[in-house]
Amino acid sequence: MTEVIAVSGLRKSYGKTLALDGLELSVAEGEVHGFLGPNGSGKTTTIRVLLGLLRCDGGAVRLLGEDPWRAATALHRRLAYVPGDVTLWPNFTGGEIIDLLGRLRGGMDAKRRASLLERFELDPTKKARTYSKGNRQKVALISALASDVELLILDEPTSGLDPLMEAAFRDCIEEERGGGRTVLLSSHILSEVEALCERVTIIRAGRTVQAGSLADMRHLTRTSISADLARQPAGLDRLPGVHDLDVQDMSGHGGRLAARVRCEVDTDKLDGLLRQLTDAGVLSLVSQPPTLEELFLRHYAGGGPVPPPAGGVAGAGNQQEVPA
Amino acid sequence: MSSLAGLRDLIRLAARRDRIMLVAWVYVLTILVVSTGYSFKGLYKTEASREALASGIGHNAATLALAGPLYNDSLGALAAYKVGTATALAAGLMGIFIVIRHTRADEEAGRLELVGSTAVGRHTALAVGLVLAAVANAVLALLIFAGCCVVGLGAGGSAALGLAIGTCGLFFAAVAAVAAQVSASARGARGIAIFVLVAAYLIMSAGAAAGHGGGRWLLWASPVGWVTQVRAYAGDSWPVLALPVAAAAAVAAGAALLASRRDLGASLVPPRPGPAAAAGSLRSPLALAWRLNRAALAGWVAGALVYGAALGSIAHNIGSLLGSGAGVRTAITRLGGQSGLSDAYLATMMSIFGLVAAGYAISVVLRMWSDEAGDRAEPLLATAVSRLSWAASQLFIAVAGSVLVLGAAGLGAGLTSGLRGADVGSQVTRLLGAALAQLPAALVVAGVAAALFGLLPRSCVAGGWTALALAAVILLLGPTLRLAQWVQDISPFSHVPKLPGGSGSPAALAWLALIAVALGASGLLGLRRRDIG
Repeated sequence: MTEVIAVSGLRKSYGKTLALDGLELSVAEGEVHGFLGPNGSGKTTTIRVLLGLLRCDGGAVRLLGEDPWRAATALHRRLAYVPGDVTLWPNFTGGEIIDLLGRLRGGMDAKRRASLLERFELDPTKKARTYSKGNRQKVALISALASDVELLILDEPTSGLDPLMEAAFRDCIEEERGGGRTVLLSSHILSEVEALCERVTIIRAGRTVQAGSLADMRHLTRTSISADLARQPAGLDRLPGVHDLDVQDMSGHGGRLAARVRCEVDTDKLDGLLRQLTDAGVLSLVSQPPTLEELFLRHYAGGGPVPPPAGGVAGAGNQQEVPA
Repeated sequence: MSSLAGLRDLIRLAARRDRIMLVAWVYVLTILVVSTGYSFKGLYKTEASREALASGIGHNAATLALAGPLYNDSLGALAAYKVGTATALAAGLMGIFIVIRHTRADEEAGRLELVGSTAVGRHTALAVGLVLAAVANAVLALLIFAGCCVVGLGAGGSAALGLAIGTCGLFFAAVAAVAAQVSASARGARGIAIFVLVAAYLIMSAGAAAGHGGGRWLLWASPVGWVTQVRAYAGDSWPVLALPVAAAAAVAAGAALLASRRDLGASLVPPRPGPAAAAGSLRSPLALAWRLNRAALAGWVAGALVYGAALGSIAHNIGSLLGSGAGVRTAITRLGGQSGLSDAYLATMMSIFGLVAAGYAISVVLRMWSDEAGDRAEPLLATAVSRLSWAASQLFIAVAGSVLVLGAAGLGAGLTSGLRGADVGSQVTRLLGAALAQLPAALVVAGVAAALFGLLPRSCVAGGWTALALAAVILLLGPTLRLAQWVQDISPFSHVPKLPGGSGSPAALAWLALIAVALGASGLLGLRRRDIG
């Protein structure tokens, strides 16, 4: 599998402010890659470096196999970009801007343009100054999605869109995936990333703190378990990888229910816990894999010390967690 | 009044936002008036020289149309004739800019929505703009009064002149308040208000050109005419000042009425739908630059043509206009001319058009920065448009637009001055050449803005306009102030041959062109290497 985006050790500072501090990012051909991070963590700066708008201070950056600073113009024929905050020339109509940007990228599909206008319910005859934020976003999205390009770079593309339009956007990205296009999706909407992306990169304060497939990430984190048991369990607190254990004695309540267990367990230690539980006679069991939100919060909650830079976060399929 | 809730806090905010701009406007306009009074005092020392000047002006419909009627030959009246109308127009522009900036511009940008959601009245923003404009004009009136008194033009007339100018500014601030309700965009609102200002000026011109003939009443029909009807230093008709004040109050009340009947963001003129698809030709950075600049360029070219024609029409009589004072003739000759007073006058006017062209070119160059700072450049540069082709397109428009502006000025001046002389054809050729000779100097000034945009983008707006202001001060005041030669040499316009009539070295033009190219190229190189946004 070819790497469409390969970033390693990326550093960029504005004066004394360090915006990127050894960032790692790897996106394979044909994947939809989630790019997550809190406000000000360096997502937009990274994207601007990828677009050749900013020159990096250090590290290696390859986009579609080339240096985005040197080959910016040639690369831009092969990608389309949707900024997070779309501003348009106020006295151009939406339709004019869609066409202009598409043509300047090197061409667009007229049929696709028409169908996208319909799907996103955008009136292309209105002047840009009269568009709401969501409608300005749609102009940039339609222009990008209708362009003949290999790579889409989307910076919080659904901000300002209503839920119906968000759904339309998800459908479009699903189609893009089917069509073999690569998508880098920077987003705050975790459910969106969870629904669309196979792999994600989570950054914080200009560094990559976690990267890999969602499935692998879940595996390394805790699953929450809630079980009703017929007998009192034994030795749960001695099991490795079990956290926040809470055993309630329910024997006084009548019926077969004797105990209710709630806990979190490291997902790779799930097996041991389940054996113990079944020994105590499972009446009901709810097992919840960690949501992306929990993954996300684990990295950002409390604002603890910034982890050291990830040493060589590897390419597709691999997963590494950097100890916090 | 609850519809004005929060007024005091928002006025403080607005005053803080505008502190530099307001001070600059008031300062420049005051200097314009006071320095004219001061220089007239030196130029027309004798009664006879003033009499000759006054009779020259009074017998020429064109000069009267340009600046309004002249009432007597006192120093104050002559100075008021020379700058009164122009300053009143500028004060009107100041009022328009202040009001639109705090009403429709904030509304369009969405800032008013945020502010309006707090405990702020429906009419507060409108009132903020009007109060700020009123204060600025009041201070301007006061400073003109004080300055002219210091120069020694007489207290009564100075007060009348200051108030005539200040109330004119106030009236157009009120006009802008209505325009802000009518148009949905700040640009459109400014356009409407400036249109009213220009119309008022043209009506005044027609009234003044009529002399004592039938069209005299037109002076009463125009708010710009009212400035002249105050007769500063020539009887001081104080009651006339009630006209602009009452009219401003009535117009502002109308604006308040319109504001209370419309929704936030709405306008009386609904925005029209446009094409659903881009024209086939809109497919290159140059086509985009043309589309973004064409409307403004048309305005600049039309303005240069009309203004050139107006100035050209009085070139023939310039001898009688200047009076017999030897001081005036040396001053004009020092300002530029070598042979023939008429040519000397035209040469001076052409340098002023050089400044105008430089101003146009700077505004086009700086558009790149406003596009970059406003995040409009980012999506554009994320397409296959290279930085170089983006900037080169805009610079091309700046150069070609300057050629058109100068050409229009030369054409207008050539046509009218030629018609009053004998040979239109050769006069047009001479003045076209004279106007275009200003191009390299104008481009050097704009080149400073372009170089700064590439190398120190954050300073390009201030730096570009400072370069123009410096060139303007040296060109307009340098000879009168007897600035040292090396100071005058800083301005590129000091090296342009005095055309028409005079001689000069074409080599200087080549050097200026070379410097302009070097400045532009360094800007492009800087842009290639720096971060965007």
